Amino acid sequence: MTSTADAARRPTRKRGPRRTLSRMRREWSAYLFLSPGLLLFSVFTVFALLFAFYLTFTEWSIIQPERPFVGLDNYSRMIEDERFRRSVINTAYYTGATVPLTMGIGLLIAILLNQPIRARGFFRTLYFLPVVTPFVVVAIIWKWLYNSDYGLFNYYLLKTHLITEPLLWLSDKDLAMPAVVLMSVWSGVGFSMVIYLAGLQSIPQELYEAARIDGAGAWSQLRHITIPMLAPTTLFLMVMGIIGSFQVFTQIFIMTNGGPVDRTTTMVFYIYEAAFKFYEMGYASTLAYALFAMLFVFTLIQLRMYRRAE
Amino acid sequence: MSLAPEVLPADPGTVVGKPRRTEKSRPGKKKSRSQWVKRLLCYGILVPGSILFVAPFAWLISASFQDMGSMFSYPPQWVPEDPTLNGYTTFLGVGGDDASQSAQSSDAWRWFANSAFVATAVTVLQLFFNSLAAYAFAKRQFPGRDLIFMLFLGTMMIPGQVTLIPNYLALKHIPFFGGNDMFGQGGHGWLDSYYGLILPGAVSAFGIFLLRQYMLSIPNDLLDAARIDGASEFRIFWRVVLPLCGPVLAATGIFTFTYAWEDFFWPLIIISSPELYTAPLGLALFVVKNRTAWDVLMAGSVIATLPMIAVFMIFQRKFIQGISMSGLKG
Repeated sequence: MTSTADAARRPTRKRGPRRTLSRMRREWSAYLFLSPGLLLFSVFTVFALLFAFYLTFTEWSIIQPERPFVGLDNYSRMIEDERFRRSVINTAYYTGATVPLTMGIGLLIAILLNQPIRARGFFRTLYFLPVVTPFVVVAIIWKWLYNSDYGLFNYYLLKTHLITEPLLWLSDKDLAMPAVVLMSVWSGVGFSMVIYLAGLQSIPQELYEAARIDGAGAWSQLRHITIPMLAPTTLFLMVMGIIGSFQVFTQIFIMTNGGPVDRTTTMVFYIYEAAFKFYEMGYASTLAYALFAMLFVFTLIQLRMYRRAE
Repeated sequence: MSLAPEVLPADPGTVVGKPRRTEKSRPGKKKSRSQWVKRLLCYGILVPGSILFVAPFAWLISASFQDMGSMFSYPPQWVPEDPTLNGYTTFLGVGGDDASQSAQSSDAWRWFANSAFVATAVTVLQLFFNSLAAYAFAKRQFPGRDLIFMLFLGTMMIPGQVTLIPNYLALKHIPFFGGNDMFGQGGHGWLDSYYGLILPGAVSAFGIFLLRQYMLSIPNDLLDAARIDGASEFRIFWRVVLPLCGPVLAATGIFTFTYAWEDFFWPLIIISSPELYTAPLGLALFVVKNRTAWDVLMAGSVIATLPMIAVFMIFQRKFIQGISMSGLKG
């Protein structure tokens, strides 16, 4: 048994297959530690990724015995697919609306909760409750709230004369997506709030004191200290928010099922339909890789922004 | 599941710290009036906001104690005039008026038991496997270590949807299970089974990453001392390293549990027998199939939410810490 310190101190000048082999033999127990995780990881991630890539070049249906290799057919089909384009637009719409709203409201509440007020912990818990509620339950509650005949939204909007006749919400093609967005904002604000609260607490108080001495008001303190100092937090939430929003599915499945007329068919919902409704595994994998590619580009851009912010 | 480690806040621990109170302790009464206005403004936004945030819950709880007639009544009853446990008894299959509904939902107990079992199994396995791997990455030197670690890290930002379909196909063709022959043909393999629900989630690259970072801070001298005393590698891991990882294990464990409890997409895809439904899947399919039984559904929703709220209330600090470390919710 060699110690880690020993192994680290030992000069690694000589390299070569024999040496590597003997080191591997000496450190066999490390591989034992790694094996359960590595085994599962190899099957469910590495193999899966490669296999998904292979699938994009085939026409693979679970109900058909033949799985012909079709080259780039799936890709050219995707580029011409009207529903795919629709799903990308819907996903972008959902992300573009949900992420900034969730972050903005989360920041507002975090700033308020960072003030010396009473019952701060209580308020924090209240705003955080939607985050711990199972998403399926959130979607069920909101589906009820949006109901056009007996939902609470219509009841109160009619009562306050903001609308004159009941809105159809989830079955109205122009309102369905905003309705899903509103629900998602409600369920996500608590998360942004908690992260922003942590960010706010790491800003040195001396900065504010110095600003006050220089005569800066609350607004300019917010603009010139709080928001710039929160830039890393904001970026973190943005990356997380965009990754999460691009994968929106549960709300759509329960509340709208992609309708009306595909107005809420998001990319993941479309992947789900292609794979498990039409059994087109090859095409669905192609769609999944398209999603992956978009997220990859987004993440790279954001990481670059992050490095610059640092 | 898919995460970029570089964008984590520097110290997740600060999340739960109390806000500083320098403002409050400042001497002088001159500012009292503007302070007052400020405070009023705070409450003026926070109180109505929190009412809006809590209203859907209040309605859910209230509705779960109403029968269908009063649920549909205008104006809505925030406090049930004629409270009933009908929704709960029907949902849990312990009676109820409508025999047909009761028959449809008598599996409800089973759904919750399934969710509890699957979430517990995933959490225990993941903590164990993650920490084993993290220990190797953090405290051992072996050929290929950095390469394998980079491979783990590199896959963290891949969306689950990419691996979804191949995983589905892989589970379908697991040999010798679910009626499959040795070539994985003929049956449904691990689809529609506990194996399929648990094993793909039994390791997490992100969990390994977090644990490794934490283990790096454990001094090597401690491990060397144990080695000199003749402890085996596993014993060092189990008796020295793991106990020191308590906080990070707790935080990731709570998060893993809640994530597994509410996971919906994966069970939706691989499970088809009602006796294997998890709670979210059972509820969601209940919505799809029994469009009219809202009272039962509301009761089921309350029951599905309670464990989450309980976990949150008990471990509030750790919970927020965990969720901010892992950064993503279903």
